[in-house]
Amino acid sequence: MNEASEIPILEIRELGKSFGGVEALHDITFSVPSGVIQSIIGPNGAGKTTLLNCVSGIIKPSHGKIYFLGKPIENLPPHRIATLGISRTFQHVALFKRMTVIENVAIGRHSKTRSGFLACTLRLSSMRREERDIFTKAEEWLEFVGLSDEMWKEAGSLPLGKQKLLEVARALAAEPRLLLLDEPAGGLNTSETEQFGDLIERIRNLGITILLIEHDMNLVMEKSDYVVVLHYGKLLATGTPREIKRNPQVIEVYLGKEE
Amino acid sequence: MNRKNLPGFLVFLVCIGLFPVFATRISAIQHYLDVMIFGGIFGIVAIGLSLLMGYAGQISLAHAAFMGIGAYSSGILTTHFNFSPVPALFLGLLITAIIAFSVGVPSLRLKGHYLAMATLGFGVIVHIIFSEEVNWTGGPSGLVGIPGFGLGDWKLKSTLQWYYFVWLWVAVSILIALNLVNSRIGRAFRAIHEDEKAAEAMGVPTARYKVQIFVVSAAMAAFAGSLYAHYVEFINPGSFDLVWSIRFILMVMVGGIQSIWGSLLGSLFLTFLSNEWLQVFAELEILIYGIILFIISLFFPDGLFPVIFRFLAQQLERRYE
Repeated sequence: MNEASEIPILEIRELGKSFGGVEALHDITFSVPSGVIQSIIGPNGAGKTTLLNCVSGIIKPSHGKIYFLGKPIENLPPHRIATLGISRTFQHVALFKRMTVIENVAIGRHSKTRSGFLACTLRLSSMRREERDIFTKAEEWLEFVGLSDEMWKEAGSLPLGKQKLLEVARALAAEPRLLLLDEPAGGLNTSETEQFGDLIERIRNLGITILLIEHDMNLVMEKSDYVVVLHYGKLLATGTPREIKRNPQVIEVYLGKEE
Repeated sequence: MNRKNLPGFLVFLVCIGLFPVFATRISAIQHYLDVMIFGGIFGIVAIGLSLLMGYAGQISLAHAAFMGIGAYSSGILTTHFNFSPVPALFLGLLITAIIAFSVGVPSLRLKGHYLAMATLGFGVIVHIIFSEEVNWTGGPSGLVGIPGFGLGDWKLKSTLQWYYFVWLWVAVSILIALNLVNSRIGRAFRAIHEDEKAAEAMGVPTARYKVQIFVVSAAMAAFAGSLYAHYVEFINPGSFDLVWSIRFILMVMVGGIQSIWGSLLGSLFLTFLSNEWLQVFAELEILIYGIILFIISLFFPDGLFPVIFRFLAQQLERRYE
């Protein structure tokens, strides 16, 4: 393999995070190649969400490095990381509930637009052009996830499944290189989960790398190129779904020790 | 201004333009022109506060203090240093912006009650300075001899001129506020209000935006304060104390916290209430404000006016069905 041309989109090196005395993450090292769907699995409390929060900058790691396209990002504030091209959804839906569906997606365009205070208060022509672009793109992304009919509804009035889709549309509107999905199928029924699996593939086909936390093993094993297994804040295994399924340590954690 | 807001804005301009035509002809409401000037001045403060509170979701109990800083800057610069009103106004805005920035950077890290306490503390300190620095501010008995507003040979003379002058600036404030609200920055404010973490993850620099809107909002209050000082030609600390900060919050809340027009209506309503309709109650006025605030926050958290409008719309619909 040609190492030089293949900089991983995300590289996590000896990442650690403690809350008080509790070590939530312990020396995690793995990388995410560009253009893949990679999943993080592990029992509750394994540190999956903590890891995702470190990558998106919402919490600062205690030690270790995070490289995005070769650049260290572990000390940047979340909005800078978002602007670099990492977008995310949240485990517990974090929409702007009292804003309309399309306004939510429009916020997703924030990092891609520039109009400042003055341009906005004076409605300069550059600002108006940008505004049109924001809403055209927002409509496109709503169509992409299948929410075109809900555009003018209040985001908080949608059922959970659609709220989860809206979060994805909002994240995609930032045109990220890397999309972090924190349990997108949590709380969804079987058919909704299946649709989500298709959506994830369509996103990957756009050239967007996906790092996914998910409990639904069918979804993970079917869609992922690589899987990372966390257990009590430690990296237990990495590999393809097939390798992970056969890994004795993983089987032990998930299925209990076989005597 | 986008198309959605244009009709409302035109109606507003027509109403404001025509009001004096009626007011000056009917002797019973002739003095309403004067009340409207105060209502407009307070309206500018309320519009700024609505941007900060209603949209960005950051409370301030210091807006009377910022208004006072604007008023005292104008007052002191014109009486002690012989500044003419316009440069005094601009210097006052600059001073206020610098102070608001230095107060905003540390306080806006705080949330909810803590932010309220921090701004309240600042407001109290400013009020003490107004009262104690007697050599500069005239102390509790006030600062007298502030000149009327003007530039060079041009001076605002009549109440009517003042009316149009003040409401011109109200219109400008409305325009700026509506434009801001209907932009990526305005949407970012509302996003901050609803979920700061999510807004940040979408690339919104939340800390910077909060400080920016705090400074803009404070500067609008200071601008109104300067107009107030030149109109009344006399200021004392009592016009810029905590009760006034609470009144401004009340104006915004009555009108519907996330509504620029509502905050203007709210300030007019409360100004007429205290200048005209509640004078019989004198000292009990503050009690009535308390009751209004209590009722609104318990039963009409979206504001009183939106509820009334919705009710009227429903009645109309029912009638024509």
